[in-house]
Amino acid sequence: MTSLAGKSAISLSRIAIYAVLIFAVLLYLVPLVVMLLTSFKTPEDISTGNLLSWPAVVTGIGWVKAWATVDGYFWNSIKITVPAVLVSTAIGALNGYVLSMWRFRGSQLFFGLLLFGCFLPFQTVLLPASFTLGKMGLASTTTGLVFVHIVYGLAFTTLFFRNYYVSIPDALVKAARLDGAGFFTIFRMIILPMSTPIIMVCLIWQFTQIWNDFLFGVVFSSGDSQPITVALNNLVNTSTGVKEYNVDMAAAMIAGLPTLLVYVVAGKYFVRGLTAGAVKG
Amino acid sequence: MSSVAAFSKASPFDALQRWLPKLVLAPSMFIVLVGFYGYILWTFVLSFTNSTFLPTYKWVGLAQYARLFDNDRWWVASKNLAVFGGMFIAITLVIGVTLAVFLDQRIRREGFIRTIYLYPMALSMIVTGTAWKWLLNPGMGLDKLLRDWGWEGFRLDWLIDPDRVVYCLVIAAVWQASGFIMAMFLAGLRGVDQSIIRAAQIDGASLPRIYWKVVLPSLRPVFFSAVMILAHIAIKSFDLVAAMTAGGPGYSSDLPAMFMYSFTFSRGQMGVGSASAILMLGAILAIIVPYLYSELRAKRND
Amino acid sequence: MATLELRNVNKTYGAGLPDTLKNIELSIKDGEFLILVGPSGCGKSTLMNCIAGLENITGGAIMIDDQDVSGMSPKDRDIAMVFQSYALYPTMSVRENIEFGLKIRKMAQSAIDEEVARVAKLLQIEHLLNRKPGQLSGGQQQRVAMGRALARRPKIYLFDEPLSNLDAKLRVEMRTEMKLMHQRLKTTTVYVTHDQIEAMTLGDKVAVMKDGIIQQFGTPKQIYNDPANLFVASFIGSPPMNFIGLRLKRQDGRLMAVLDSGQARCELPLGVQDAGLEERDVIVGIRPEQIMLAPHEANGLPTLRAEVKVTEPTGPDTLVFVQLNDVKVCCRLAPDVAPQVGESLNLQFDPAKVLLFDAQTGERLGVGAALSAQDSRGDNVAQFKGR
Repeated sequence: MTSLAGKSAISLSRIAIYAVLIFAVLLYLVPLVVMLLTSFKTPEDISTGNLLSWPAVVTGIGWVKAWATVDGYFWNSIKITVPAVLVSTAIGALNGYVLSMWRFRGSQLFFGLLLFGCFLPFQTVLLPASFTLGKMGLASTTTGLVFVHIVYGLAFTTLFFRNYYVSIPDALVKAARLDGAGFFTIFRMIILPMSTPIIMVCLIWQFTQIWNDFLFGVVFSSGDSQPITVALNNLVNTSTGVKEYNVDMAAAMIAGLPTLLVYVVAGKYFVRGLTAGAVKG
Repeated sequence: MSSVAAFSKASPFDALQRWLPKLVLAPSMFIVLVGFYGYILWTFVLSFTNSTFLPTYKWVGLAQYARLFDNDRWWVASKNLAVFGGMFIAITLVIGVTLAVFLDQRIRREGFIRTIYLYPMALSMIVTGTAWKWLLNPGMGLDKLLRDWGWEGFRLDWLIDPDRVVYCLVIAAVWQASGFIMAMFLAGLRGVDQSIIRAAQIDGASLPRIYWKVVLPSLRPVFFSAVMILAHIAIKSFDLVAAMTAGGPGYSSDLPAMFMYSFTFSRGQMGVGSASAILMLGAILAIIVPYLYSELRAKRND
Repeated sequence: MATLELRNVNKTYGAGLPDTLKNIELSIKDGEFLILVGPSGCGKSTLMNCIAGLENITGGAIMIDDQDVSGMSPKDRDIAMVFQSYALYPTMSVRENIEFGLKIRKMAQSAIDEEVARVAKLLQIEHLLNRKPGQLSGGQQQRVAMGRALARRPKIYLFDEPLSNLDAKLRVEMRTEMKLMHQRLKTTTVYVTHDQIEAMTLGDKVAVMKDGIIQQFGTPKQIYNDPANLFVASFIGSPPMNFIGLRLKRQDGRLMAVLDSGQARCELPLGVQDAGLEERDVIVGIRPEQIMLAPHEANGLPTLRAEVKVTEPTGPDTLVFVQLNDVKVCCRLAPDVAPQVGESLNLQFDPAKVLLFDAQTGERLGVGAALSAQDSRGDNVAQFKGR
């Protein structure tokens, strides 16, 4: 830390710093607060009051209506996210294991290609991917979306695990080989037990990315197979009928709560995931 | 060579073990080659065809690119990207760095404050866009709030103003991403060599000056990483536009990603859409390649 | 227990890259303790990895008990290794660490428990069995690593600088313990170190390596008294051997080395030698302990009066530095000799112990009585290109 130690804690500059920081805290929280407040109002209340006015009557009808609208899509998101997170993490772990401890000719090149793939604008693969899904009979299904998320999540999950495993000394693998352990035994009994931190990071990162995804959702699904992000967007951007902002806000909260909850509970792993990816560039 | 003969004495188990790593990696290698690079190639090829609703493989040379450049909406989208990207990156960097520097001053409840700054990153851009769309609602949003608080005659209708709607996108994006940049720089600041700072203090420099002249310049790699990541986010921005403005009013807040989706999937212009995707790829390459090149050069000079 | 033989072992990391190991030839008998010693980068760890099967050789053969194991995987060679970093499995307890290899070999649990108890008793780690490696001190970890190797009862033990990570005092203690254990268990062992004291004290046979080549292979005594080249002579022995470059003088058919201290000269007779030796630049090697204070009565050995430039009392000896032939020469004298700087001493030399080296190649030149029959089978004399 670069602060001047020993100086009086209550100097003008420190007051200014705290003021700025607290002001920023308010700015960051305002949208969330507004969403919550709005979601508990009636439409009449919304038009008469303002963003931060307390509801005249705290009512949950916005939420009820929102849930009725996005119910099925919420479960779609679960059906898509959970398998995709688990599978992409598992594959990423094995890949990372191979790339860091069982290197062979071409494996470094593959890693380079993979790394490059992290920067892909997905627009460049949308069309061919949708053709392929169509041919496989998976167009507009949640299964199709699971596949897509696994494929395009591989780059990140492999990166996470590989960077983590690289710091494990290879004397450990050598000792295990001399003890007679083979490829999978070493992974199962030695490497995996050591991997808890990075598994957490990967699960949480993938969960957040996949749950929050919109692009793949809107391109590869339609109707009943849409994830909640797409449903939310459809709800909020309908140009017909009267806008019910309380429903809109409640629906947004429903869509955002899972990842928000994960963040509150396990935020430090999320941060590690962010900075781990950032360190590599 | 005797070692060759010796290898034949290896058991079948050993042979399997030698192949196992390659076997394990093979599916992913296949996926990456096909799903990443193969598909990019496919899109590249499509951009030279006259595909519309369905892919047809009739070669038309650069015609689709020409149509792209003739398209006013594409130009608007590109210009918007430049404006949006530039403002987004600059403002996010300033806010992120400032917050990081302030937080580095041994603040009480630092962890709590950090958590607040970062939570927007956990949200989907759709949620963010929805929230800010409401906040910036002309008539019912922030302007009404400020009028109710006493600022009479305050109006905020950027959302429906074709010339100013891009700023709305910037505000929402900055809100989402600045916490992340703050976290990056905070981590970077924590890694700075303390002895350099102490030397500067002994030299009599004030703290702000130390930061400006000593600490921040030493964080150049972090700056580069941050710019790269922010640029990447900007170029890929699709969710935010879809939620906040759907490209409107008209197409004044369009961005390339939105354009591509629209033309490819809504309007049945696969050829043009593919061309726009390839141009987006080009933009990203234009940023990454020099960065990687300078990184490699730096490594070789070490 | 087993014999180990390396026949003409070669290793390169790729076409166009220099050889990491060149023509390694050595053999040790059942129960012997072989030391591989040399500076960093000499290839000793690579050689050990090749013996273990963790790396492939590109030429030659590795024989254990007269069986060619060159193509076999590590687990089939029945070898156990102790690593410099100990490489204990961090998520397993000490007991589980020791059991790991035995479980993989599908030993019965009762037999495994017996082994663990035996090894724990031997190494006095019984009270640590349920702890994890992270809860152990460096010395304790080292013992657990050894226990893991001992429990396997392999044909050959490999030690890769196992004492390097310990502090000096612990290192000396563990060195003695290792020697005791080897005497008791009579295990065939290959031990890599860069510490020449460990090499001298622990080994039955020593292979000095540099640049991937075995410079000399022999007993510690042979290596010390009879170095094959300049590198071996300079590497083994502390304080190191003194080297004086000069030209020999031929007189009455015999060759002499002339030493000049500035105040006086003396001649070391080196016997009848090859013709023409006086035409070459040679290097004379004299160990510090072979320079003594001349006694009052003359005893026929050459003496020389020289001025003391520096003294270093170490406790057990006094190291005295003089200038001979413009070279700083170290003499190891008895501790009660307390010369002052500037004082002059009468030093005495034993020509029988003096060694001669070719200044260009570093090779040892055949010389008088000190030369004993070299172990020709493992002796690869390198082309040593000057110092």
